[in-house]
Amino acid sequence: MWRLLPRQIESMWTLFTAPVVWAVHFLACYVGAAIFCEKPHLLGGDFNTLRVGIVVLTVMALSMIVISALLAWRQWGFGTGDPPHGDPTRRDRQLFQGYATLLLSGLSFVAVIYTALPVLFITDCIR
Amino acid sequence: MAATAPALASCSGVQSTLDPGGAEATQIATLFWVMTAGGFLIWAFVVALSLYASQWKRKSISERGAGRIIFWGGVVFPVTVLTALLAYALWLMPWLRPFGAEEGTGVRVEVVGSQFWWHVVYRRPDGTSVVSANEIRLPVGERVEFSLESADMIHSFWIPSLGGKMDMIPGRTNRLSLLATRPGTYRGQCAEFCGISHAYMAFPAIAMEPADFEAWLEQRSRPSAGVWAPSAGHDLFMREGCGTCHSVDGTEAGGTQPAGIALGRTPAAGIAGPDLSHVGSRLTIGAGLLANDEEALARFIAHSASIKPGSQMPAYPGLSPDELRAIAAWLKGLQ
Repeated sequence: MWRLLPRQIESMWTLFTAPVVWAVHFLACYVGAAIFCEKPHLLGGDFNTLRVGIVVLTVMALSMIVISALLAWRQWGFGTGDPPHGDPTRRDRQLFQGYATLLLSGLSFVAVIYTALPVLFITDCIR
Repeated sequence: MAATAPALASCSGVQSTLDPGGAEATQIATLFWVMTAGGFLIWAFVVALSLYASQWKRKSISERGAGRIIFWGGVVFPVTVLTALLAYALWLMPWLRPFGAEEGTGVRVEVVGSQFWWHVVYRRPDGTSVVSANEIRLPVGERVEFSLESADMIHSFWIPSLGGKMDMIPGRTNRLSLLATRPGTYRGQCAEFCGISHAYMAFPAIAMEPADFEAWLEQRSRPSAGVWAPSAGHDLFMREGCGTCHSVDGTEAGGTQPAGIALGRTPAAGIAGPDLSHVGSRLTIGAGLLANDEEALARFIAHSASIKPGSQMPAYPGLSPDELRAIAAWLKGLQ
């Protein structure tokens, strides 16, 4: 299964993947809802279309965060070593980054769910 | 005991969310108590845990055990609690803004906030309207929808005993729905700092039985009989130009003169000062500031800014005490 995943790369950028997905999802939800409620004809559809759209975006965002978490888990050596990974070695640096990425992915996962939670309860722009 | 008195006193009275007289305020009070009880339980648990760790624990736990505590107590528990609280608050939101299907059945109330008073218009289902100021009346057991606007700057309309607050923003119409469940006289207050007399921008809110409310509206839809009572006060009111800013039903006092614009009001608001058609029957003078009697009326007319700093109503130092009393008596007669 792990062959499906891309080759491991050494870059700081992988650390931010999940928070960036969280930020983009947040913006898409709020900007989308704001435009829909202010100019309903621009985007078309009714409020339920907006809710379904947010659900689809949320599933996509969560999938990307799960993939980021899986890559981070691999970088962390699948949890074989315990933190704090504090030695000044290349291996410890990698393990530390993998572990930090995994934690950030978990935080982003929960945050994306919280951002999307209103669609379960809010059924109208003015309510 | 003395230290807890202010806290306990704030749990009741005419301006307390914790002593609800309306459906929305009841929901908010429940939310408050759920949050408080939940917060207290978690606080007690954390204190007990830290006491255990610092005082009573005999041997240290394994690193694996510590990891488990962090995972369950530091990740799973907060995420579960926050999810539950967020879901509860979100579930509550549509209940606090119950607009939609039943629109147009009851009385709608338009309120325009100005420095430092409230213009109130009751729109009745039959298309007629009743203009008032600085006092809100609403029927018990009937949902009342408020349209909230501002003539100058951001104010906030809040009757804590009946529901949550809603900002009044220039150029916007915000909506608020309230359902009073208990008859009584409550107190509303501007809840957004709007100038030096912000704290004095209040109003009584009276929840009445529906039949009484209808009778009240019916009476207010006609000029007060006091308008035609023979009085020097009426002539003085007109001579001094009070009617330029204040409207009085049944007189030539329109209250919608361009003076409103000169005072910085937007033309759309079309109002310069509080409507005085039935001012004598209001509970207060100066937007919830003074009890409504002739002495207070005379004081307010003579120099409103000394009672209410920043009031845009000019002072009338040229009026003699007798003249002030005459105007006050005529106004008090506008029942």
